[in-house]
Amino acid sequence: MSDVLLEVQHLKKYFNTPKGTLHAVDDVSFKLERGKTLGVVGESGCGKSTLGRTVIHLLESTEGKILFEGEDITNVSKKELKMLRRQMQMVFQDPFSSLNPRMTVEQIIAEPLLIYKVYPNKAETMAQVRKLMDTVGIAQRLANSYPHELDGGRRQRVGVARALALEPKLLVCDEPVSALDVSIQAQILNLMQDLQEEFNLTYIFITHDMSVVKHISNDILVMYMGNVVEYAEGKELFREQYHPYSKALLSAVPVPTIRRNVERHLITGEISSPINPPAGCRFASRCPYASEKCTSGMIATTEDSRGHFVACHKSKLLRESQWATAAK
Amino acid sequence: MQKTKKVESNSMWRDVWKRLRRNKAAMFGLALLCIIFAGALLAGVIGPEGYDYQVLRDRNMPPCWAHPFGTDHAGRDILVRILYGARISLLIGFSAVIVSVSVGTVIGASAAYYGEKVDNLLMRFIDVWMAIPSILLSIAIMAAFGSSIQNLVLAIAIGSIPGHARVVRSAVLSVKNQEYIEAAISNGASDFRIITRYILPNCMAPIIVQATMSVAKAILSASSLSFIGLGVTQPIPEWGAMLSVGRNAIRDYPWIITFPGLAIMTAIYGINLFGDGLRDALDPRLKH
Repeated sequence: MSDVLLEVQHLKKYFNTPKGTLHAVDDVSFKLERGKTLGVVGESGCGKSTLGRTVIHLLESTEGKILFEGEDITNVSKKELKMLRRQMQMVFQDPFSSLNPRMTVEQIIAEPLLIYKVYPNKAETMAQVRKLMDTVGIAQRLANSYPHELDGGRRQRVGVARALALEPKLLVCDEPVSALDVSIQAQILNLMQDLQEEFNLTYIFITHDMSVVKHISNDILVMYMGNVVEYAEGKELFREQYHPYSKALLSAVPVPTIRRNVERHLITGEISSPINPPAGCRFASRCPYASEKCTSGMIATTEDSRGHFVACHKSKLLRESQWATAAK
Repeated sequence: MQKTKKVESNSMWRDVWKRLRRNKAAMFGLALLCIIFAGALLAGVIGPEGYDYQVLRDRNMPPCWAHPFGTDHAGRDILVRILYGARISLLIGFSAVIVSVSVGTVIGASAAYYGEKVDNLLMRFIDVWMAIPSILLSIAIMAAFGSSIQNLVLAIAIGSIPGHARVVRSAVLSVKNQEYIEAAISNGASDFRIITRYILPNCMAPIIVQATMSVAKAILSASSLSFIGLGVTQPIPEWGAMLSVGRNAIRDYPWIITFPGLAIMTAIYGINLFGDGLRDALDPRLKH
């Protein structure tokens, strides 16, 4: 019934640093259906960008499995990888540094087409470039402009056009709107949604902006220090959060209502070091509900009847007690 | 359409030129260089008889109307010889730099791009290379292969490769982690394509500055080698070789050694002033 495009199983990405092993992505699993959007949220440095990059092989995974259209693509040869890259592309965070300053808009968009020799001659390639420019809404007169002559929104459109050029199935969007003005953010988000419908694209949408993720995602993955703390359908997650971290994250979203007095779940402290992290729940040091059990041993991820995953053993208790700050 | 394209594609260089024009010292340097280039081009017009035309009756003549820079011990006009010498010096200077910049770029770019083991291997090799004084290296090469212009170019180029490699390496390192490189990788670009189309065009500025400055160094090395008799052979009028010949008569006929010396000085001075100006013009931090 379900048409799973991408499946990630127990994916790990560790970096060796002089201070020890950095657990950037630690045991992440999810399934993504074709045409759907997975929102990945979490604060800076929680490994969400690393996750996106590892999935599309910009980084080599340390452990785990990545299945694309049912095929294991965790370890592929150079040649297979080149073919694979056609299927999965990336839209980058910073439209200022993700475009080569020495290339014109036209050249940037043509680049993937030329690399894969999609069209036999230049005229056809350029015709396709023009079409792509239309698709993403860049005026034809800008074809020979350089990135520094464009504003952020237009640059990001160029980035999207480049990612779309090879007609990929999966698009990893690494905070594609966080560097843009709010008004332009909406334009780009709408563009991406339109494109998703038009080309049946599948998105992994990485962001730290909860309102953006609410707007665009089908499923949401909440990450904290490389771990998935909560994974559920978007509506479900916004209805009720099971994990204290998600609870705090969502309560930080400003609500445009004057009278409603929203209870804020503030978290104190700073994210601890992901280098050689301690056993147990990584959020424990900042969690107001943490008990001894939280810092010893692995925290199991449980799934309830609604397909709502959570990695917190106090979750049920907390929900039953209405999140009373009855700590310890 | 065509017109707009041209203007835009040169916008960076137009900016640079604008800033360069404001720099008086750099423009003076450029003027000196232009005079030398013009002299080299017009050598055949000013001295149609060639650089080795002798009038034995007029040996060691002081500067006069017929010979503005005087004549040497063999009755050859020094001005004409200096102009022909400009051809040789510029040829040696530029070809040596082209050779060393190309090789240095390949070494530096691969070291920085591939990193880790390749970087370590190449850069330790460069360190060893740098530990040998370049003039000694050049002398050894000239002594081994014999005097000729090609060997001279090679000898000078080899000495300056390590410097270029280092400059290119550091420039590439600063560009390598930009997001557009990652974008190129995810677009499936090959390493060669990434280096030639993404990395190198974005680190041209330091490479150009280094290249300009080392033209001066190359001309100087060529002159030094010729001066000690390891460069080009007589009667080819290399500036250093002219100095070498004139030094025996420095007390009696000082102009024989003075004018080639001044020619070397002017060329180096011009290139250095221009190179300094170019560095300032290419540095984006100095943009207003």
